[in-house]
Amino acid sequence: MAKNNNHKAVSYNKWGYIFLIPFVVVYLIFQLVPLISTIYNSFFENYRSGLTQIGPNFVGFANYAKLFQSGEIWIYFKNTMIMWVMGFVPQILVSLLLGAWFSNPSLRLKGQRFFKTVIYLPNLIMASAFAMLFFTLFADGGPINAMLVHFGILKEAYSFFSHKWSARTLVAILNFLMWFGNTTILLMAGMMGIDPSLYEAAEVDGATSSQIFRKITLPLLRPILIYVMITSLIGGMQMFDVPQILTNGTGDPMRSTMTLIMYLNKHLFSKNYGMGGALSVFLFLITGLLSLIVFQFNKVKDRR
Amino acid sequence: MKRKMMVITLTAAMLAGITAAPVWADDAAADEGKVLNIYCWNEEFKSRLTEHYPGYEEVDGTHGKIGDVDVVWNITPSDDNAYQNNLDEALLKQADASDDDKIDLFLVEADYALKYVNTDYTMSVADLGITEDEVADQYQYTKDVMTDSDGNLKGLSWQGCPGTMIYRRDIAKEVFGTDDPAEVQKKVADWDTFKATAAELKDKGYQMTSTVNDSYRVFSNNVSTPWVVDGKITVDDNIKNWVDMSKEMVDAGETATYELWSDDWSKGFFKDSNVFAYFGPAWFIDFSMSADQDGSVGKDGGWAATEGPQGFYWGGTWIAAATGTDNPTLVGDIMRTMTTDVDTMKEIVTQDNDFVNNKPAMEEMAADESYGDAVLGGQNPLAMFCAGADKIDLSNMSIYDQGCTEEFQNAMKNYFEGNASYDEALDLFYKAVVEKYPELTY
Amino acid sequence: MNEKDQNTKKGMSMKSQRILAYVVLVILSFFCLFWFYVLFINATRSNGALKKGFTAIPGGHLIENWKNLLAGTLPVWNGMFNSIFIATCSAVLCTYFSTMTAYAIHAYNFKGKKFMFTFILAVMMIPTQVTALGFLQLLGKIHLDDSFIPLIVPSIAAPVTFFYMKQYMESNLPLELVEAARIDGSGEFRTFNTIVFPLMKPAIAVQAIFTFVQSWNNYFIPALVLHSDKKKTLPVLIAQLRSADFLKFDMGQVYVMIAFSIFPVIIVYILLSRFIVEGVSAGAVKG
Repeated sequence: MAKNNNHKAVSYNKWGYIFLIPFVVVYLIFQLVPLISTIYNSFFENYRSGLTQIGPNFVGFANYAKLFQSGEIWIYFKNTMIMWVMGFVPQILVSLLLGAWFSNPSLRLKGQRFFKTVIYLPNLIMASAFAMLFFTLFADGGPINAMLVHFGILKEAYSFFSHKWSARTLVAILNFLMWFGNTTILLMAGMMGIDPSLYEAAEVDGATSSQIFRKITLPLLRPILIYVMITSLIGGMQMFDVPQILTNGTGDPMRSTMTLIMYLNKHLFSKNYGMGGALSVFLFLITGLLSLIVFQFNKVKDRR
Repeated sequence: MKRKMMVITLTAAMLAGITAAPVWADDAAADEGKVLNIYCWNEEFKSRLTEHYPGYEEVDGTHGKIGDVDVVWNITPSDDNAYQNNLDEALLKQADASDDDKIDLFLVEADYALKYVNTDYTMSVADLGITEDEVADQYQYTKDVMTDSDGNLKGLSWQGCPGTMIYRRDIAKEVFGTDDPAEVQKKVADWDTFKATAAELKDKGYQMTSTVNDSYRVFSNNVSTPWVVDGKITVDDNIKNWVDMSKEMVDAGETATYELWSDDWSKGFFKDSNVFAYFGPAWFIDFSMSADQDGSVGKDGGWAATEGPQGFYWGGTWIAAATGTDNPTLVGDIMRTMTTDVDTMKEIVTQDNDFVNNKPAMEEMAADESYGDAVLGGQNPLAMFCAGADKIDLSNMSIYDQGCTEEFQNAMKNYFEGNASYDEALDLFYKAVVEKYPELTY
Repeated sequence: MNEKDQNTKKGMSMKSQRILAYVVLVILSFFCLFWFYVLFINATRSNGALKKGFTAIPGGHLIENWKNLLAGTLPVWNGMFNSIFIATCSAVLCTYFSTMTAYAIHAYNFKGKKFMFTFILAVMMIPTQVTALGFLQLLGKIHLDDSFIPLIVPSIAAPVTFFYMKQYMESNLPLELVEAARIDGSGEFRTFNTIVFPLMKPAIAVQAIFTFVQSWNNYFIPALVLHSDKKKTLPVLIAQLRSADFLKFDMGQVYVMIAFSIFPVIIVYILLSRFIVEGVSAGAVKG
């Protein structure tokens, strides 16, 4: 990623270190210390039984062995990925579509300001408040069921939270609603940085709007798109509050909506730094691996 | 979302004759610490202390004064286990904390009381100078909750929360031909008849209870083995009975699987619902059943109370003294005043409608025929509450009760809804409990 | 998938495309605004009425709920002030220092630069939930419990914001401008503040909003760090209201408080979103 700066810059390079100081200092104090203790702890038996501290006793890789022994962790990984994809695919498609429309001058959309402002609004509602509203609306006796029964679509009320796919879909919908505005804003901010003279030149050359979008907007947007994909992937792997609150932390039915972090949260109840640490290291490795794939994939495209 | 608070409504007639509480001597604590740190999860105890403890003056939302002692309130909500996390950290640091930072007094709920009672972090009330005689009038179960494995009493409560079965009079009349509590009690005298009655109600289009979880507490309060025996998780026969009965009732459409406090669950408080009964203590009747709401059953006094198949309790807050407190005299005096002083307790009854933890006082009120609860159509349920409180036996508690209860209900919901077999649900329960308490096996 | 979309659209006239855009936008807007309507409805209903389930018609208890909330012991206004203070400081520190960090990596060549970049990206992949417990232990040791500092200062090291700034600089910050400033004799720090920072305005506005909102709605860490009522933020107070004892428990108040706590974020958002829209002209200057 490093750009080849010209030789004049060399004498200024010490400023690179100086500008990094605030980040590094704060990071060392507030994040690295807790992080190292997390990794360190993953090799120890270390939890609370009531008010009694058990350990820390060195156990080598026993926590990791326990983690993989039942195979559950892969189920939670699968759940996480499924719910992330269910929310992310529509999210990125809708965001790109909106971005394309908003940035297309020949479409002359009125009320852009209004629409751009409105799409981010759901993100302002706390996840817990949002979940409370979802409960009310999708309850057996709630307005959604009442409506579906009224119009004859359903014979009797459907328990949305008691069925695997409807529960997962609700999680995905809530995630989509909360985050598609966020993604759209990111993409739009990227699009705004694109030099308008490029568009003008393309239009003079008679390019269609979809050509402009594919040949100018998308390539120039690539860094931001990579950002959106990576951060959304990381956010997805860390999906927690929405399914946690919607299922009261149970991941029901039969843990089919339980994500990795929800599982991690279960171990935090007993302050199980050992198991929690091992699970975090696993999460860290798998997220890193997936991010690497995304980077690699984009590099290949670059060359083409 | 668990609500606690024992509340009863009393007629004006009962208010008469209550005199002001005597002023307790403050100077005994003169040579003790100058800061009293109290840990709790809501405002309930603070308002009790403000209104009923002689000499307590409020300074601001989190500070007060008793004589020359500063009272500091440390309030953390119980959501996400935050209260216990916070309390645990503070207790573990207790030995090294300076006198003014030490916790002096904290509150616990029954579900996790033993977690603190069975440790050295709580003081025996005997060490605070409170004798057995002084607490003789308290309901036995409130003392069971706070008794450690060596038989030491480690904390006290000012309230009692025995429960009853609360049913709809109009449905009882229609289906059984009578709404008389004594007659209806015959229909729910034990679980077999309860079950048969559920079928009878179903034939007329009614549901016995709003959810399976309504009756859970009645079963779990009457077990013969604790949740954990010698480090092994065990499911008591009576809990299994609850599962079997509940599954049959759900399959037959005689009840549902809603969570307590959910919208679907509380729909049964209103007239257009088909729910026959709920289980709850007095606070539940007066403050949870939407009796102030148009269209609710309670507004027109449409409910009645009966003992139900078995006795149980729901809710309650206990006061414990933290080991290492530098204010033992003051802490002891607060406990004594709030939980044993008859005049103070009567004051709590009349001012706050709290059902207090004093047997003779409550029985006296139970016998008062001029008292009736409007929500129950004028019925006086206190005798039933008193009888229920007597029968509660909590000798089979363990420090794991909160986690086990929660995970068991969660896991069984899958079984009831047909998403898992009983064994699969049971497996899930075991797994979830071991995640919470890694030291256990199954 | 996109390819297909584009192909079908090519055949569409501009007019039908415009109609399609309006229809989609109106539907999306409805689903975005709907929740605010529901919140408002619920805030106007009494606790008893809320138990009956949802209705589409507002109740008449808005002012009563509000008065009850203020009459309670919760320091609502304090909470508002604390939330505004913490979220504003976090947003300012986070955007300023993340831009600075990104600029260090973007504009300079120094030993260990690649390592730093990879390292910060790796940091981004660590879930916050785990380090939270170690974080709390640390706070206990350095006596920062019940203080705003651990809620504000760590935002200086925000890998996600850094990553965005870095990516944005890649497409939108020509180093020629920096060179030109150097020739004019501008110091590095001054160049950063007067030339680089203003050029990043759209990106900064975006990340300022995100950081502000995230800090505003944060419950997990503040609930564990803040103990005294006067220091608590709005989400913690809302949780406290929800776990209120039985006599005081009132969902009407909870909804009023949620509605109350959303107002300031909406205002901040609308103020900052202007910057995003105006950012177009900032982009034009550069060309």
